[in-house]
Amino acid sequence: MGVDNFVKVFADYRFWPAVQHVALFVVIWLISLTILVVLLALLVHAIRVRWLSSASRFLFYIPGALAGASSVMLWLFLLDPAVSPVSGILNAFGLETFVQTVSLDNLPVIFTLIAFWAGAGGWIIIMYGALNNIPVEVMEAARIDGAGPVKTAWHIQIPLMRKWISYMAVMSLAAGTQLFVEPRVLSQASKGVVPPDYSLNQLAYLFAFRQNDFNGSAAISLLLLVVAAGLSALFVFRGGLFERD
Amino acid sequence: MAAQHRRPLARILATATAAVAIGALAGCAGGSGEVNSDYGFATAEQTADSTITVWVDAAREPIAKAFEEANPDVPISIETYDGNAGGSGSFQTKVALFDQSGEGWPDVVFSTQTNDASWAAKETNGVQAFAAPLNKGYFSDDFLNGFTDGANDPMTVDGTVYGLRNDLAPVVLWYNKPLLDQFGYDIPTTWEEYEALGVKLAAEHPGYILGSIGDSFVGTYVYYWGAQAPIFQLDGNDFSSDFEDDHSVAMTDMLDSMSANGTLVQDSVFSAPFVENYSDKIVAMPGPAWYAGALFQNPDSINATAGEFGAADPLYWEGEDKVTGNVGGGVWYASSHSKNLAAVETFLEFATSSDESAALNSGLPAYDSAASTWLDAQAESNFFAGDFKSAVSTAAASVWGGWGFPSFSPETAYAAVVVPALAEGKTIADVVPDWHEQILNEAQVQGYTVK
Repeated sequence: MGVDNFVKVFADYRFWPAVQHVALFVVIWLISLTILVVLLALLVHAIRVRWLSSASRFLFYIPGALAGASSVMLWLFLLDPAVSPVSGILNAFGLETFVQTVSLDNLPVIFTLIAFWAGAGGWIIIMYGALNNIPVEVMEAARIDGAGPVKTAWHIQIPLMRKWISYMAVMSLAAGTQLFVEPRVLSQASKGVVPPDYSLNQLAYLFAFRQNDFNGSAAISLLLLVVAAGLSALFVFRGGLFERD
Repeated sequence: MAAQHRRPLARILATATAAVAIGALAGCAGGSGEVNSDYGFATAEQTADSTITVWVDAAREPIAKAFEEANPDVPISIETYDGNAGGSGSFQTKVALFDQSGEGWPDVVFSTQTNDASWAAKETNGVQAFAAPLNKGYFSDDFLNGFTDGANDPMTVDGTVYGLRNDLAPVVLWYNKPLLDQFGYDIPTTWEEYEALGVKLAAEHPGYILGSIGDSFVGTYVYYWGAQAPIFQLDGNDFSSDFEDDHSVAMTDMLDSMSANGTLVQDSVFSAPFVENYSDKIVAMPGPAWYAGALFQNPDSINATAGEFGAADPLYWEGEDKVTGNVGGGVWYASSHSKNLAAVETFLEFATSSDESAALNSGLPAYDSAASTWLDAQAESNFFAGDFKSAVSTAAASVWGGWGFPSFSPETAYAAVVVPALAEGKTIADVVPDWHEQILNEAQVQGYTVK
């Protein structure tokens, strides 16, 4: 019955490694996403040259157009030192073969890169919009008080973007805990060097369609839901997402 | 605000409930059905001229295309997929999805793995087994008897045949004749001579190689199976894996020492770097019969010249049985849900037994008459040095019978544990405990009793 499914899932040898993999990825990704997106949005917003500003927003957004599995296919080429246009960078990290590149230790960083590349552009545009929403009077007052760009960003812009940042964190957390396409495609492309049970969603998939155990699969999905909902609630309340101004 | 938030949730719940209910209904629908005595299983309603969907991997696509050309009156839709390569499980996972929806199954599936009958021959969650029984009235005994003895054994469950073997894939020793002559070496006949040749080669001609261990099918099926290492054995529902056995230990030691002296490399034989760096550096290399078409005669791979490579009898341990390993050998399955079983039969007979498909087969066909056609064609072309026909026939008759066919592949554990460890500079012996544990874990998850 119900509880047995959870017991079985907890006892599965693949479960805890998958939890660790996903947790590590989500931590690295959320931190880097938040810092870099806010930083890039502030930079774009600070560009006073009109065409340069719109051109850079367009450039940030392009990778997002190539979504999901097709974007991973492109990364397969980037990550294989034998064919990669950036093989020099890979070699500089001591990575001579595809197998070395996709070793377990490197995967959280690789998935962060892929997710950032595909998803950050959209968030930069949204943050840019949020920055535009800050009243001109507030910005001017800061300038008159003698605040430079850094101080303005730290004391005025970032606090006023708080809701948007927590919104981004919630949405990215939901996407991140459901990591599936990237490890799945990498697993097939690496002929199993990236294990087929790397992430929790992959494990749920294997339970359902390799073991024909839909109950175990549902148990994993429920666990994911509970954890994601709990963390989202934290972001929502800490970020004041539902507070009225 | 709160009320507005609640409404979508209620809608999602309702949709989810409906979806579950539909799923349950679909699940029930698949399970019923009377056994059709002409076929020996519950058939779907037959519709003559309905299109059959055929799933093949890229290497088998030409065979399906040839069928389409030769039989313009049979409507066929050819779809390519990964062929389940590397034990990816895509065949099973896709069929499980169709089982859920209760429709959409392909009519014919080609799989590069030989162990799919372990799940495809079983009813799952109330849905009829995907693989159609083939010897209970569907295919004639005359036709089925035309297969090489034992070729369909991996797909036979309690006397019922669920799949037709495409090709036999016994491991032979491939060698480069001009290089052996130039260096003055003899063709090794035993694993001991092979290892000794490695020591000599590394000292006298560094850079030349005797094979690769970067592919999970090579590590497992070529070396450990060929060494009679009992690391993957199935007896009923009991799974066992013994890395302490003398055969296992000897093979691990041999691979580690040859890897250390550089005569075994880590690049996959299908990778661009392997082709680029080692095409003219392979002195000898144990490998399946299908290397013939897949590597040596493949313009995109090694693309050897005639007379360069030859096949010799497989390697064995000195003083022990002359046995060898086996690397897959694809299997054709007919869907028990097909609406056009007659067309499926025509297709499968063409794919396995016709001379046209034999000509397109990269390896030794499992159907006797097609096998002779293939071997004769290879011998006539004089592409391979030495007595190719005799070596391949000898190997086909001496595959070691101790290797098991459970519902999971030995390749996944090798790929996940051994390949990355080698890339990190570790030896196989270093990771044998992890590898062993991974194999046993996989067995246990699949429901086997681990001994």
